[in-house]
Amino acid sequence: MPRGNATPQRVMAQVAMVMNLDKCIGCHTCSVTCKQTWTNRTGTEYVWFNNVETRPGQGYPRGYEDQEKWQGGWKLKHGRLVPRTGGRARRLARLFANPELPTLDDYYQPWTYDYENLTTAPLGDDLPTAPPRSLVDGAPTDITWGPNWDDDLGGGPEHLADDPVLRKMNDTVRLEYEQAFMFYLPRICEHCLNPSCVAVCPSGALYKRIEDGIVLVDQDRCRGWRMCVSGCPYKKVYFNHRTGKAEKCTFCYPRIEAGEPTVCSETCVGRLRYLGVMLYDPEKAGAAAAVADERDLYEAQLGCFLDPEDPEVVRAAEESGIPHDWIEAARRSPVRDLISRYKVALPLHPEYRTLPMVWYIPPLSPIVDALTTTGHDGEDPAALFGAIDSLRIPLGYLAELFTAGDHAPVEAALCRLAAMRAHMRRSNLGEEPDPGIARAVGMDERSLTAMYRLLALAKYDERYVIPTSYQAPAPGDVDLGGCSLEAEGGPGMMPGGYDPDSFHAPPDTGPTPAGSATAGRVNLLNWNGKGRPAGLFPKRAGGQEQ
Amino acid sequence: MTHLNIALWGVCPYLVLVVLIAGTAWRYHYDRFGFTTRSSQLHESRLLGIGGPLFHYGLFFVAAGHVAGLLVPESLTDRLHVSHELYHANALLVGGAAGIATTAGLAVLLFRRLRVRAVRQATSRSDRIVHPLLTLVLLAGLAATVSGAAADSYDYRRGVSVWFRSLFFLEPDVPAMAHAPVIYQLHAVLAMALFALWPFSRLVHAFSAPLGYLVRPYVVYRSRSVVRADGRAGRRAGAGRESR
Repeated sequence: MPRGNATPQRVMAQVAMVMNLDKCIGCHTCSVTCKQTWTNRTGTEYVWFNNVETRPGQGYPRGYEDQEKWQGGWKLKHGRLVPRTGGRARRLARLFANPELPTLDDYYQPWTYDYENLTTAPLGDDLPTAPPRSLVDGAPTDITWGPNWDDDLGGGPEHLADDPVLRKMNDTVRLEYEQAFMFYLPRICEHCLNPSCVAVCPSGALYKRIEDGIVLVDQDRCRGWRMCVSGCPYKKVYFNHRTGKAEKCTFCYPRIEAGEPTVCSETCVGRLRYLGVMLYDPEKAGAAAAVADERDLYEAQLGCFLDPEDPEVVRAAEESGIPHDWIEAARRSPVRDLISRYKVALPLHPEYRTLPMVWYIPPLSPIVDALTTTGHDGEDPAALFGAIDSLRIPLGYLAELFTAGDHAPVEAALCRLAAMRAHMRRSNLGEEPDPGIARAVGMDERSLTAMYRLLALAKYDERYVIPTSYQAPAPGDVDLGGCSLEAEGGPGMMPGGYDPDSFHAPPDTGPTPAGSATAGRVNLLNWNGKGRPAGLFPKRAGGQEQ
Repeated sequence: MTHLNIALWGVCPYLVLVVLIAGTAWRYHYDRFGFTTRSSQLHESRLLGIGGPLFHYGLFFVAAGHVAGLLVPESLTDRLHVSHELYHANALLVGGAAGIATTAGLAVLLFRRLRVRAVRQATSRSDRIVHPLLTLVLLAGLAATVSGAAADSYDYRRGVSVWFRSLFFLEPDVPAMAHAPVIYQLHAVLAMALFALWPFSRLVHAFSAPLGYLVRPYVVYRSRSVVRADGRAGRRAGAGRESR
């Protein structure tokens, strides 16, 4: 992070995520737990706030990366940022039918099975089956597509040909590439610094939270114009066809507010997700999204992030109302280490100009495997560095995903990962450390070891550094840290101090009427699991509690 | 002047107005979550792409025509030297074209609603009342427009319009409407029914026309505290409904 820049006028904080693609085994646990938490309702049957797609592949919804078709994200028009789908007047003119809206067929027609037939079918020679039924209209249906239909390259070249990223690469590359590897890409909402879904919402229902940067839909303000669905280039805003409102990934904000990781992170089997605070300069972000060459977008976004170790930044952050524990969390942020310090994490499709905040560490393993199968020592640094350069094919694909086609940052990130492997291998085998390995990728041995720790060993509280919630001062509220009513023991303080857990406790159901069988018993919904409150167990016959 | 005429043209309009305003306020206060277009574009996009714009843009012209026909008095157009022939030719051609476009759009939308299974399943009880009513209002209005084509036809600017304007002066000119042809009376009654049902159907989305979008900065920032305050005020909406 370049120091000595002009001091930022205003500092904003963002809770960001990094996913290490090397570790993703494509088990879809994140998708399933997310769905159980947020979208297991009528109207959202087809909605996956979190999905895992196999790359190369079409993704979900099909071919969502083809912005010529869907018109998501931003474009530069005479040097100014305009939603790609058109400015305000054009949006309003398209209010009555959104020409770019994906239909259910682009996602998939959700279905269930007629299980009842298994038990009610009349006696016959054949075993009864449970035929598929549409979850939208209940009619018999044929299952022709699903949210991860081309998982593990299922469907082969026929489906692969429709991958918008592959289409950008030439055909010869593609054939070779199909033999080379595949990898998994888990996706959630990017909670962008410059969200285009927010920009195209006519009602102003979508908003970016000042405190933590989470992008949310105000359900009471949404009027169902569905511009956000097409405005998001990642297609991560969905239309609930039952309520007629837009819904999207919430970054599990009730959990984040309580200092807990999102459900997808919490349940990730590979422990590949990292959560932490990034400080950034909103003024720079506006300029970064509008740089002329889309290949500069990655560097430009890196330039927006501020160094929480810099006393000037800390002062500006405090003046902007960011509490001390958030600045402290930004210093310990694993996300910041991976993005800004080691530069191994890259944004997904920066060319959409939304400045996404869920970043990815590109996968290295397939390259090692490919090298080993050709008779080389896959872990040998020289061979590995050379292979990263010569295996242009995956590099080109990764570059289309993460850096708008610029190979250099992807290559640099992969080389750092390869150097880390080589360095740790030597160290584990008790060989003489080779300082040249670290130097070759512009790092030192200590940071290589630290990076290894973060990527391989980091425990729960190292992967998720999330401060509990606060409220930004209202604009114009200049009294900061003065005589607050919410000081410890002050009248604005909750009895016993502010406990985020109790804030999210289930509602008190009120007193139980006397004479009821459960009178004097504890409501398990309100039990915090600690200790043994009176009334947990029924009374013994003798009147003594068990 | 019969009692029926007084009830229809002297009392009903005010009742409808009260229901429309109070109903909308009530709905906005207690069911802001229900203020939505209830779009079914997710299920079917192609027909909606034709019918939706045709119906809505046609409706804008129809509404403008009603303003010109009902609110602008004859004396004003006379002073502007707009001849009767020109005025009525314009009303017939432009009004007729707008009416036909609106009706055609509604026909496409109705066809889609009946024939596309997923859309039909998404049809609510209020839709089942509002859609036929809307069709009848449109057809009656169109018939009234067409009936104005005859040379010795009824001049609504001397009857219906006078009654309509008199409503706003709280002196309803009941005879002016009572002597109008049946088709105009039918159109007015059906329209009043539609306005009375307005707050309780998906039609409320018309009141949320997003004109503020034209002057708003692209990216909206909000503080948690604002969200919390809203959420507390609307506690009955359920905690999970605040934002999603």
